[in-house]
Amino acid sequence: MPLIKDGKFAPDRFIFVPEGHAIPEDTGVMVTLERFQSERENLFAHHSPVAVRLASNENPEVLKDDLPRIAAIALEFPIFRDGRAFSWARMLRTRLGYKGEIRGVGHFLYDQIAFMARVGFDAFDVRQDFTIEDFDRAMREMHYVYQPSADGKKTILELRATR
Amino acid sequence: MAKVVPQILTANRLRDGEVVYWRDGNWVEAYGEAQIFPDDASADAALAAAQDFVKRNIVVATYLFDVRADGSPVKEREIIRAAGPSVRPDTGKQARHV
Amino acid sequence: MYRYDEFDAAMVRDRVAQFAYQVERRLKGELTEDEFKPLRLKNGLYLQLHSYMLRIAVPYGTLSTRQMRQFAYIARKYDRGYGHFTTRQNMQFHWPKLVDVPAILSDLADVEMHCIQTSGNCVRNVTADQFAGAVAGEIEDPRILSEIVRQWSTFHPEFNYLPRKFKIAVSGTKEDRAAVKFHDIGIEIIKNAAGETGYRVFVGGGMGRTPYVALLIGQFVAKEDILAYLEAVLRVYNEYGRRDNIHKARVKILAHQLGADEFRRQVEVEFAEIKKGGTLQLPAEEMARIAAYFAPPEFEVLSDASPEFDAALKDKDFANWAKTNLTAHKIPGYAIATISLKMIGATPGDISADQLDAVAQLMDNFGYDEIRVTHEQNLVLPHVRKKDLPRLFARLKELNLSTANAGLITDIICCPGLDYCDLANARSIPIAQKIQERFSDLERQHNLGELKIKMSGCINACGHHHAGHIGILGVDKKGVEFYQIQLGGSGAEDASVGEIMGPGFGKDEIVDAIERVVDAYLNLRQSDERLLDTYRRVGMAPFKNLVYREQLHAAY
Repeated sequence: MPLIKDGKFAPDRFIFVPEGHAIPEDTGVMVTLERFQSERENLFAHHSPVAVRLASNENPEVLKDDLPRIAAIALEFPIFRDGRAFSWARMLRTRLGYKGEIRGVGHFLYDQIAFMARVGFDAFDVRQDFTIEDFDRAMREMHYVYQPSADGKKTILELRATR
Repeated sequence: MAKVVPQILTANRLRDGEVVYWRDGNWVEAYGEAQIFPDDASADAALAAAQDFVKRNIVVATYLFDVRADGSPVKEREIIRAAGPSVRPDTGKQARHV
Repeated sequence: MYRYDEFDAAMVRDRVAQFAYQVERRLKGELTEDEFKPLRLKNGLYLQLHSYMLRIAVPYGTLSTRQMRQFAYIARKYDRGYGHFTTRQNMQFHWPKLVDVPAILSDLADVEMHCIQTSGNCVRNVTADQFAGAVAGEIEDPRILSEIVRQWSTFHPEFNYLPRKFKIAVSGTKEDRAAVKFHDIGIEIIKNAAGETGYRVFVGGGMGRTPYVALLIGQFVAKEDILAYLEAVLRVYNEYGRRDNIHKARVKILAHQLGADEFRRQVEVEFAEIKKGGTLQLPAEEMARIAAYFAPPEFEVLSDASPEFDAALKDKDFANWAKTNLTAHKIPGYAIATISLKMIGATPGDISADQLDAVAQLMDNFGYDEIRVTHEQNLVLPHVRKKDLPRLFARLKELNLSTANAGLITDIICCPGLDYCDLANARSIPIAQKIQERFSDLERQHNLGELKIKMSGCINACGHHHAGHIGILGVDKKGVEFYQIQLGGSGAEDASVGEIMGPGFGKDEIVDAIERVVDAYLNLRQSDERLLDTYRRVGMAPFKNLVYREQLHAAY
């Protein structure tokens, strides 16, 4: 799947390792939470960079102590209606101060991209036919926001105060 | 042996929501013109054929429902759907197809 | 009332364009129906039994003259000349075409209206006391907080894909006319011992197939903290609300499963974290800016006695209307007037385009350009000079809007039911109409006193049947409509969930059964207690005996 990172198509630095598969050498890898927890030291010792992919029911708070060493966290949408990842991303950025990549994976829609960007996603695993024009358009649909979020975008409240 | 109940195939037109019924490979608005399928085999074949109209974004929500021998619906829901709100005879199909 | 500034206006215009693009992609097939459905629902667009239905947000039930006139225009241009006011104080049109919806949204934006989040698994239209800003004893106008919550919840990026829908209501008085304890979050404006204004926050109320009265979670939330507190509740819900079973996905299930103490603990942890960030603190200036929009109109200094009003009371019709449809105003010489949309034999909550225009004229003439929609599906002119009431009443009479039944047995809350709704199991409107006809005698209605019948055509309970003194639930019994009776519900400050009486009744039996309930009440009541009070005193058994015994007799 093509990857959009910071608003542009970008090469994927990670190879995702499904459960039960051997971890390849000499490459960045993305593993499941279970794999990460059982092979954490080995991963950090022999692989770089390391990314973790969380299912929508996995609270990223469990990664708290390792966050500086995790290059990317992929948050999964099993179906676009499952909106837990919006809270996980927000928590990673705002509360846990995570600075690495937060990637949206799985089933999400064009119409959710702007919301995802607001709560802290900066990478998007998009469908084959998705274009950068689509991405730009999605990001531009709404000019203003009412509430503060992880993107630090000036809220209407702040704009009102400065006019 | 299972009892054979006649059926009618229905959907809503995507553009305007109008309730439509299947007749000979296309859709009609009037309940009275709907095709009645005497058995499951013919009904299921029509439902399968109708999926082409779903794929072409012409209709949504296709389904079959049971009718009596005279073609009238078994369930209250389909009676109302075929006519319009029972409390507003000036609206729905009942106001047009009398 | 609140007016959009350039930012609010731009937001709504952006939304019109965004939804138009979604419709375009759907028609071209770039979106499947499965993908489009949640998107159109977030914009209040349903596909119902006969057609699409568009639900327009009426934030906290407040409308201006211009907005009422625009409803009339839309009803005529795109619909079938009428609309329907709902139990969320919203307006529904039952016959729009998908291809016309972008144009309707644009016409709505012209009058600062929209359909944002009137359905879907997100925070819905915030509701409030219909007497806000007019009734005595109010700690603060609940619309101020409601507007703040409306803005905070609009396109909230984190909470637009919740496990299920989320409804918030606000009340500013001890009397609860907003059913706050039947909401996902109900907010009561209170004063603490130090005399500071703040909020009591209830969580986890709701109706549907698992009715609950809400739990008290926030005992006293300071004004500047309220958005942080709401964000904490929503975050706990978004993370841990059930997503495996749509029937168990509302916050009421999570909150009652965890219990008030554990749910409160989780919210408090989250709240403390959010407060650390500090970005959701509500500045006093913004609160003041919004409050200024809800400043009362410049009332005249009047004597509370009005010779015109007193003289009109000699007219029996006016006197009857005054008895039920007027409420004391906080300013001498003024009254709050309820316009009943429960004309005997009409559809509860329906209003024609001509009536919308005519009521707009009344708002101009007598009502400071403002009207309220109530969750009981009536309209309220919040500020009418008492001396104008006789003229107002005369005009309402001409419009067939003078029904004197507010709070009485014929003032029935009723969902659209199987006449319109795709989810319904039974019709509700014709049953409401038959009950109204049976009890149309006004003297009889007055004798029964406050008696709230609420009816839903299915278990989803849009007609609030759980909160009815008498609740009626339509069910499907092998394709035939059947009706269950519940007794003892209340949506007011004494909130309770009604109890099912026993086996249901066919559509030709239900009105007789309701009459037997009412007769049983008259047999059992002491002094001037309401049916609800009698039920609470004697319980279900005596009612049940009288209602079903007579049914047995009737059978022989």
